[in-house]
Amino acid sequence: MATIIHPAEQSEAASNTPGRFGAYGGRYVPETLMAALQELEQAYAEAQADPGYQAELASLLKDFAGRPTPLYFAKRLTESLGGAKIYLKREDLLHTGAHKINNALGQGLLARKMGKRRIIAETGAGQHGVATATVCALLGLECIVYMGEEDMRRQELNVLRMRLLGAQVRGVTSGSKTLKDAVNEALRDWVTNVRDTYYILGSALGPHPYPTMVRDFNRVIGIEMRQQILEKEGRLPTAILACVGGGSNAIGAFHQFLGDKAVRLIGVEAGGRGKALGDHAARFSGGSPGVLQGTYSYVLQDEDGQVSLTHSVSAGLDYATVGPEHAALHDCGRAEYVSADDAHVLEAVVKLARTEGILPALESAHAVAECMRIAPGMASHDILVVNLSGRGDKDMNIIARELNIQGAQGL
Amino acid sequence: MAILFQQHPGLVVYLTAGDTGLSPRLTHAAAEGADLSATRDIALAAIDAGADVIELGVPFSDPLADGPVIQRASERALARGTRLKDVLALAKELRAARPHAGLVIFSYLNPILRFGLSRFADAAADAGADGVLLTDMIVEEAGEYLAEMKRVNLAPIFLAAPTSPDERLKAIAEHSQGFVYAISRTGITGKQQSVAADAAALVERIRRWTRLPVAVGFGISNADHVTKVGEFADAAVIGSAIVELIERSTEEDAPGAVARFIKGLRQPYPVQAL
Repeated sequence: MATIIHPAEQSEAASNTPGRFGAYGGRYVPETLMAALQELEQAYAEAQADPGYQAELASLLKDFAGRPTPLYFAKRLTESLGGAKIYLKREDLLHTGAHKINNALGQGLLARKMGKRRIIAETGAGQHGVATATVCALLGLECIVYMGEEDMRRQELNVLRMRLLGAQVRGVTSGSKTLKDAVNEALRDWVTNVRDTYYILGSALGPHPYPTMVRDFNRVIGIEMRQQILEKEGRLPTAILACVGGGSNAIGAFHQFLGDKAVRLIGVEAGGRGKALGDHAARFSGGSPGVLQGTYSYVLQDEDGQVSLTHSVSAGLDYATVGPEHAALHDCGRAEYVSADDAHVLEAVVKLARTEGILPALESAHAVAECMRIAPGMASHDILVVNLSGRGDKDMNIIARELNIQGAQGL
Repeated sequence: MAILFQQHPGLVVYLTAGDTGLSPRLTHAAAEGADLSATRDIALAAIDAGADVIELGVPFSDPLADGPVIQRASERALARGTRLKDVLALAKELRAARPHAGLVIFSYLNPILRFGLSRFADAAADAGADGVLLTDMIVEEAGEYLAEMKRVNLAPIFLAAPTSPDERLKAIAEHSQGFVYAISRTGITGKQQSVAADAAALVERIRRWTRLPVAVGFGISNADHVTKVGEFADAAVIGSAIVELIERSTEEDAPGAVARFIKGLRQPYPVQAL
């Protein structure tokens, strides 16, 4: 029988127990969901071994989503920073604007295969919601997306996109009205409608098998990245950088490189507006192990185990816990986790826009900010790969307000 | 640590510890802890009115198995500074005042983990609790928890759901003590019109695996429901209906209102001794 193991007793990130990453992960859910999680685990295992399913997913990733995404050498950014050579993995070029479509396609096909016609999802920045709404439109499935009212306000464009795609967007008013509260509400819906509903969870979070399954659907990022950098440079990068909210784009980028010990894996969390609890979403520096929304991982919480409010300029990283595999990679030291604060993130948005003509999502700009911090101190033969997980069109209102752009010549 | 249902059907009453409803007396979260005297008074009134077991709910920031009524009660209790140690102190007070009442600590896992599983087990046993129910703890993950419960002689109570296949019900029954809590329907806590047909079928399936009493909860909110549950189960759990009553009552009126409500749950029907 699995149990809660004290992290200190674990040294390896990988564990042989399904759904466990070292001490982390597991399944801490109301009993009502257990049969559905076991059914999902079984169906996912069958899908992995089903050539028809795999072929359809590969075809849609290629022709519908636009894979493979380019690995782009950011020449002007590299020259401007004057250190390491910088490449961008262009997940932002995917259909719907972020890596989220990788997972939404995989799970949407799985839902259809399982005969579930009612789809629910949570969303923070709206990118997972848009990806899910898109896949439901493609496959002819009913779609309900839970979204915190604060996030609906700050990512209004994505709310409109979801509605245009035929999804029903339900505002969540509890707690801080952000991603955590949307996940709670999606889980409440699932507990209630579990017999006919499929929950497309959007990050490598929640109860087993979600962290494994969502990672697997995003592993394609790292697989392509490895092949592309070898083609272009003939060697592996010095480091890979990715933003970490729940951590799906990061784990997708990192996973293929776990065995390449010389490649540094750097996850960038939301530093928000300060170091006080409630002002950021830096779970590794500010949190401690706990159970939230079905999984054992690092959680921002007070001394009584009550989950803290979080803050980030980016809705997608504004979340109190992190995927359990990241927790294991953190504890065993295979990946490093740092944070970028709101101000540096906004600087990174402008920098990338003006050196490369690329507008990154605020989430992805966290990885760009860390890249800008470390690249100048590195040698010209060092290579940094930034996983540019999404594009920033959705964030224009926030960026304009935060940077106080007046007319075209602000800043 | 026996949990006895003295009458049929037994009544299990859930209270969110530290919630004083919408019109709370202004209290200060003093250094020695929040003032839970309102919950104490309601619990004592509930026991005296015929509740066999009190489930003391530990408020949590993210009650994902709960409907709006208990969500709101949890928010109010947390806003008043209610902490796990306060709930344990209240349990001790209730045990001293009513030695024969059943007493269960009802919580989400995270506050217990943060407190320390072993430290919690000692404190709950010291307080005189009979059992513990963790909403988001399933049998597969319960190794260390079960060992701690066994060490201090507390009853672990697991939830059984209409969706649980027989092999899960078997494990749930084998690992539960005190009673088995059967969830009447798929869904979160909160009122409903009638007792779902799911409930009777579930109780029948649970009984194949255990001779423990079976209590049915979720959506049980009036005398008709309690009577219906009494036809196939040993006890009914009343949660949201009482929490909502407390929400609507003044702090002074709440104990009396809860007592009248509980008496009314059995009133129209002959009381049978087990």
